[in-house]
Amino acid sequence: MPKKSKEEKTILSQKLRVVSIGISTFADDLRSQGVEVVGVDWKPPAGGDVEMSRLLERLGS
Amino acid sequence: MITRVIVKKATYRDSISLMKISNTISKLPGIAQAAVVMGTELNRRVLSEAGFAGAAIGRAASVDMIVAIEAKDAMSLVTASTEVDRLLSPGERPAGEKAPPASLEEALEVLPDANLAVISVPGQFAKREAMQALARGLNVFLFSSNVSREEEVELKRRAKDKGLLLMGPDCGTSIINHKVLGFGNAIRAGTIGLVSASGTGAQEVTTLIHKAGLGISQAIGTGGGDLSEQVGGITTIQGIELLEADDQTDVIVLISKPPAPSTMRKVLEVARRCRKPVLVNFLGGYVSPRLLGKLRAANTLDDAAGLACELAGGKRRAPADTLPEATISTAFAENKKLAKSQKYLRGLFAGGTLCYESQSVLRPLLGDVYSNAPINSDYKILGEAPSKKHACIDMGAEEFVEGRAHPMMDFGLRNLRILQEARDPETAVILIDVELGYGSNADPAGQLVPVIQKAKRLAEKAGRNLPFVASVVGTEGDFQGLARQEKALSDAGALISPSNAQATKVSALITSGGSIEAKIREGPN
Repeated sequence: MPKKSKEEKTILSQKLRVVSIGISTFADDLRSQGVEVVGVDWKPPAGGDVEMSRLLERLGS
Repeated sequence: MITRVIVKKATYRDSISLMKISNTISKLPGIAQAAVVMGTELNRRVLSEAGFAGAAIGRAASVDMIVAIEAKDAMSLVTASTEVDRLLSPGERPAGEKAPPASLEEALEVLPDANLAVISVPGQFAKREAMQALARGLNVFLFSSNVSREEEVELKRRAKDKGLLLMGPDCGTSIINHKVLGFGNAIRAGTIGLVSASGTGAQEVTTLIHKAGLGISQAIGTGGGDLSEQVGGITTIQGIELLEADDQTDVIVLISKPPAPSTMRKVLEVARRCRKPVLVNFLGGYVSPRLLGKLRAANTLDDAAGLACELAGGKRRAPADTLPEATISTAFAENKKLAKSQKYLRGLFAGGTLCYESQSVLRPLLGDVYSNAPINSDYKILGEAPSKKHACIDMGAEEFVEGRAHPMMDFGLRNLRILQEARDPETAVILIDVELGYGSNADPAGQLVPVIQKAKRLAEKAGRNLPFVASVVGTEGDFQGLARQEKALSDAGALISPSNAQATKVSALITSGGSIEAKIREGPN
């Protein structure tokens, strides 16, 4: 059995601290609920080339 | 009229930002119509149906942006194009303010102890972002749709191995520690915890619980594919176990479309082991008594909310499935006003689960219903095809959202469909759902009222009376205002029901009148 340390608390018992990637209104809605949020100004990787981004992903993994 | 179409290669903005820009440009003087959209197949088709022709649109790819403007004169066109460019430019940042992070890595430099990533990028890029978040030890709320089942399995296995929760893909709603992720409503805190494979299902049940005076501890969204055979309920099982261990939760409610049989067995086995009472709602899907064991089952979302309240110590309320007498009389009165040609019910849904629930409620009343997301696959019609006989269309299905904001936010496509149904002499009633809360349009009634009025006028000109039935998913705490929204829709002539299940029954009664009265009065079906 893994021992339960403070670090192993589940998300249900933690204060949410969020990175929001994509639609900016989701970040705005969380901010309005008092949640600490950092929004990412996301752009498609490799200029939007899906094949290229899959290749990069494979190389990176 | 002059039109101009510009394709901006490899230029990306999210669908909601683009919807806002499109709306702003459409309202400029001298502009007949305007759209700024990503060049997905859906958007290219919508543009060509709106009268924008040209090879440039055909050559655009889903990662290219299309700016399409139709103006009364050249001056208006130039002004609008300039305004598009201004709205698309990042704008000046005050001196000293840093640019926002461009990646998860950069964001974690700003917020090193982040514990959750909310990801809503186009589907083809979603796995990559989610894998990176998991690798950095973050839980994930994955809103993106168009993610393959194989990718979902890979993501969920990785999450589980790391002791993290991956909600999604195609996860519309979660409420974690009383904070709404994605679409969701202002719900009071309470002791009922949800695990839901359906976003609108969770919204419907949580708002009905709130209206009954009780509240929610957590609502863990799993994404609609979680209970498929391939995924095997990985997130659902994690969710049930989390709620069983959660001090705030006394009652567990499990919501999903009917799961794959092997997955249902697995998930219910875990549920039966819980010490806390567990209530399941598979939206009309059959569960054998042996599998159910000590668990409770509910037929509709309305029923699930009522039973959950009872299990959490609330008062037993009147069976939610029973229509009040006054409502039955109103429906009969509407039925009498129908022309001979008006034979079929047409449901146009922003909420996919509500579309499914309506089909499930209608099945014993009117028989199987045609749908782009049918219960019975023999009744499948394409989303973009005209409705056939009784039909329920999920306007939030993947074919309607690729590169477009969800219909809870962007009413464009559903409004067009409402007018299409209104022109069809066979349409007897139009059934709609309206969702309030975070993520939804700031004024859904404001979007719908002019269209309802226009649809009614269209039908009237052709000698028909066209009734509308609506249910509003929301609470008085939602920023759009539940009472204000319901009043505006009611003033426009829509009949308002307190739940989708009831709205569906009212619509069925309007369509078929006395012939199904006995079945309606029998109560839950």
